[in-house]
Amino acid sequence: MSKLARAFLRHPSGRIGLAIISLYLIAALLGIVGLTPHDPLKLFAIDRLKPPSATYWFGTDLLGRDTFSRLMVGIKQSMIIAFCSVGLATLFGTVIGLLAAWWGTLWDGILMRIMDVLLAFPAILLALLIIAIVGPGTSTSVAAIAIVYTPIFARVVRGPALSLKQRDFVDAARTFGSSQPYILSHHLLLNLVAPLAVQVTLALAWALLTEAGLSFLGLGTQPPTPSLGLMLAESKNLMTQAPWLMIFPALTIMLGILGFNLTGDALRDILDPRTQRREA
Amino acid sequence: MNYVVQRLLTFPLILLGVSILVFVSIRLVPGDAITAMLGTEAGLLTPDQRAALAAYFGIDQPIWSQYLRWLSGLFQGDLGISSIYGKPVLSIILERFPLTLQLALMSMLISLSVGIPLGVFAATRNERPSDLIVRMLAMLGQSTPSFVIGVLIIYVLSVFFGFVPAMGTFTPLTVDPLASVGQLIFPAITLGFAFAASVTRISRSAMLDVLSDDYIRTARSKGASQRSVVWRHALPNALIPVVTLSGVEFGYLLGGAVIVEQIFALPGLGRLVLDAITQRDYALVEGTVLFIAFNFLLVNLLVDLAYVALDPRIRIGGR
Repeated sequence: MSKLARAFLRHPSGRIGLAIISLYLIAALLGIVGLTPHDPLKLFAIDRLKPPSATYWFGTDLLGRDTFSRLMVGIKQSMIIAFCSVGLATLFGTVIGLLAAWWGTLWDGILMRIMDVLLAFPAILLALLIIAIVGPGTSTSVAAIAIVYTPIFARVVRGPALSLKQRDFVDAARTFGSSQPYILSHHLLLNLVAPLAVQVTLALAWALLTEAGLSFLGLGTQPPTPSLGLMLAESKNLMTQAPWLMIFPALTIMLGILGFNLTGDALRDILDPRTQRREA
Repeated sequence: MNYVVQRLLTFPLILLGVSILVFVSIRLVPGDAITAMLGTEAGLLTPDQRAALAAYFGIDQPIWSQYLRWLSGLFQGDLGISSIYGKPVLSIILERFPLTLQLALMSMLISLSVGIPLGVFAATRNERPSDLIVRMLAMLGQSTPSFVIGVLIIYVLSVFFGFVPAMGTFTPLTVDPLASVGQLIFPAITLGFAFAASVTRISRSAMLDVLSDDYIRTARSKGASQRSVVWRHALPNALIPVVTLSGVEFGYLLGGAVIVEQIFALPGLGRLVLDAITQRDYALVEGTVLFIAFNFLLVNLLVDLAYVALDPRIRIGGR
């Protein structure tokens, strides 16, 4: 493990990615405990559309709310949605992929065709369909993103699980009488940690992107709760008078996605020797 | 089983699954078609009126019978009537589709014409500073959502050039090709930005793979020039993964148009989905989602078949 950590920290993308994610996590934690410079929901009527200053680091919005504090809470919101949705997608996708590979034939066909049906929709469209049924909101965003990414995890797990199933050590475990759940969790799943780790990191980047996109369309996190996509959408009509309202949320969204993408790439380079020194 | 046959057989099966999913999803929405159409006034109906309307919409039948009726309607091009527009859903979709298709095609063209040369350039300068710069730019491009690019483009154009892209209207390609392309150029750049970054990365990676192959070494040893090795010998093989990526991405471009059409206020299919969702026009949601998913699946099928034509190994070994 320490070898892996050392290799990760030696990788330039890994170092930069980790630094960005750490910054994001700190901002999210401070947002959760409420340690923001100002109350993100409080209206400072006389300080409307103030440019960045010592009092308001990233300026204020049309209602006089502090942009920096709102960004911190927005990051918290994005991170909670991203981690919850990717967590659920990993759980369901892994279970479905493992069972499809283990049971094989009929069940494999049925489960993977259901996953194919879910993959037949562009991600944002499937998320919009789910929102059309349930209505917008934080928990809907979590569910929608989780459903969108579950088939990807199922595919990532099923392929290698199928080949692991044929290996001698699995046959040996069967011969020694190990139970089915034990073989699945100890022999198959443990050998799938590497591809899963890469996929989880990259999925976190996609989840941040999808969440911000849904909020940008007004179908994700609902006001007055701050969210990065919504802040960017609101800045559209004020971009000439108050460009800071657009620039800071835009940079924050980009930075978060970049952090997870860099980390995912570094992990892939380290864990998959075939991609070493080849992938950009 | 032959890969092509297998692929052609699963296509209608998945399409059927998609139709079931869309049909059931919309029926899960609280309230029925009568409430959706009449809103709060549905409460004023007498039981007889409600029963008559239920029979008219067919919602007094079991769900499987409703599905079969809906499916047979689909085969006849009947996607229902939009409650917002009061017109057949299919005719509204066909009015809006050309814009979205043109937008997706233009963004794909822009992405490929930027991404492939950049990827090849970076691969031929592996690990040199120019390669690192291209890789950094590609990573940054892939991490920038279309709505961020769109808002930035509008900001730069309006603040630095005093120019605001035309919004809200669209000139079809058949009426005035130049104006039509001009109108969609900034939305197409917005939509294709991240895709161009993906194409750059995939082209570079595929090119590096191919450049280390034996047949390239043979070509070099026979005295082929660097230009001929890269463009004539290596590129055709390196393009295979780019074709696959393009197929998958084309579907995502159709989906991604939802956001870009919203930013630039373009009356395309993506904006139609959004309007349908926000105004709770379920027949329109059902129709547009199904239409986009169908096109997505069709493009993927065509790309898979093209992939088989490009790489004969798949025909023999399967995947």
